[in-house]
Amino acid sequence: MRNRFRNSIIAMAALTAGLLLAVLSAAGQTPAYRAPRTADGKPNLNGIWQALNEANWDIEAHAAGFGRVVALGAEDAVPPGLGIVEGGPIPYLPAAAAKKKENFEKRLTLDPEIKCYLPGVPRAMYMPQPFQIVQSAKHIMMVFQYAGAVRTIYMDEHKEAPADSWMGWSNGHWEGETLVVDTTGFNDQTWFDRAGNFHSDALHVIERFTAASRDHINYEATIEDPQVFSRPWKISMPLYRRQEKNAQIMEFKCVEFVEELIYGHLRKQPSK
Amino acid sequence: MNHRFPASISMLAAVTAVVLLVATPVFGQASSSAPKAAPAAKKWTAKTPDGQPDLQGFWTNSTYTPLQRPNGVTKELYTAEEAAQIEKQAAERESEQTTPGTIADVHYDFTQFGLDRNQSTHASNMRTSLIVDPPDGKLPPVTPEGQKRQADRAAERRRMGATTDAVQNMPVGTRCIIMAGSGPPMMPAGYNSNYQIVQAPGYVMILTEMIHDVRIVPLDGRPQLPQNVRQWIGSSRGRWEGNTLVVETTNFNGKNPFQNASDDIRVTERFTRVDANTIDYRFTVEDEKTWARPWTAVLPIKKSVGPIFEHACHEGNYGVRNTLAGARAEEKRAAEAAAKNGSK
Repeated sequence: MRNRFRNSIIAMAALTAGLLLAVLSAAGQTPAYRAPRTADGKPNLNGIWQALNEANWDIEAHAAGFGRVVALGAEDAVPPGLGIVEGGPIPYLPAAAAKKKENFEKRLTLDPEIKCYLPGVPRAMYMPQPFQIVQSAKHIMMVFQYAGAVRTIYMDEHKEAPADSWMGWSNGHWEGETLVVDTTGFNDQTWFDRAGNFHSDALHVIERFTAASRDHINYEATIEDPQVFSRPWKISMPLYRRQEKNAQIMEFKCVEFVEELIYGHLRKQPSK
Repeated sequence: MNHRFPASISMLAAVTAVVLLVATPVFGQASSSAPKAAPAAKKWTAKTPDGQPDLQGFWTNSTYTPLQRPNGVTKELYTAEEAAQIEKQAAERESEQTTPGTIADVHYDFTQFGLDRNQSTHASNMRTSLIVDPPDGKLPPVTPEGQKRQADRAAERRRMGATTDAVQNMPVGTRCIIMAGSGPPMMPAGYNSNYQIVQAPGYVMILTEMIHDVRIVPLDGRPQLPQNVRQWIGSSRGRWEGNTLVVETTNFNGKNPFQNASDDIRVTERFTRVDANTIDYRFTVEDEKTWARPWTAVLPIKKSVGPIFEHACHEGNYGVRNTLAGARAEEKRAAEAAAKNGSK
């Protein structure tokens, strides 16, 4: 009796899955790649991932350029990149365009990365250090090596951001193969890159994570911020799985490295 | 037309979900309404969907129980009445810790901001000390080498000058580098002793609220980090022994020595879910260079209410800046006063 019940359930599930596929193909949405599943049946995004691009220097297309610190020579020079912004320049409002320019000129003192501040979103996703996805049914954790930043993606119990924060408040859901993450509740302190691209606390980021093979995720994000941009715009890039057998998130507690920079001028001077 | 397909898809998905729910045994239902059975009554066997013992959720290890047994106390456990009385007194001390109207009161009124342990979930405990071994509830005697190290560290701190002289002289917690909660071992902090545990195949992730410290413990038997790679939270490797998560940690960087231990300290933690609301957490500390014998402490970790908010400590660290700026301003004022007196 029990077995029969289970068999009929399996048959029903198979039937439903078949129907679902049929409907999806009819709608022309057959995914090119079907990710392996977690035990609870969701696309499995677990792993250690990293962007492989130059977006952290400038999310827009850019040629190689001078660094900021003469003494650092070629180490500090900007590597060229084609950028991750889709469809032309970032649609800044006029006043915001002026502020972006000023940010760029003062980037040596204003870039929050220099002070080891939390990177915000989407910048966390393409910092040149790995991050790990730890995926459960209720919470998907994204743990970043840079500054030990962390995002909790709430897959149920969605709520409005209770307060503004550096990494925002993320509600997630599945759309077929795609993890969709809706993040709000940002402060206005983070940047998109070292080039001074910025946003206000009205920032709203909608990200889509779609596994495209065992070892890469197609990542895209829609950026909305009516105080800074004239329209929503998009970024996209692949995220790659770190292949090393011993890959792990290591500790990059950068506070220690910036204390002299931030507080050095307040150090007690030797008495004369 | 376009809208029809998504509607039918979601209906199908809903049907599938219901069918799957019926077919799936009821796992992981760690709701707070579950009965608080005595640990021994029924073994807790809830598993994650991929079959690990389920430690997931929001937790706290906030407690009034001290690491070491107070002087004069000779028993291992208080009676229920004694424990209640001690908690009551501790709660009163916490709420009366500052004098109304003073600067300290404005900065440290824990009750006003709900930071006192009494106002939030805490892990009540009948124990007179967290340490259970040695049986006297105290740290083992410190070896001569350990005593010398302690004295050397104190001398080095004096040589560096006052904590208000430079940020590097301040405690690492004040500097937002690391606090007690991260460990390992995970020790209760003065406030916000909150954790989130999330499990995925091969990993257990422990988020500590304070300074958003995350430990991702691999369970695949890989070796520790190379000897020369040292970290504030060390290098943790875990395994399941039955229902118990065992985590061994080495490779500390020695800049935040736990109880004045040496860099060779090894911490072995054991997490055992004993009921819906409790993880039995015990840890053993081994460091021959500091203590002639290992020692062990036990503290319950209790289910708490999430979520955990972002603790952007460094980003908002006005405390360090203001403390240093205040000290420099006082020095300047004193120098000006001295110059004025000298010119008279």
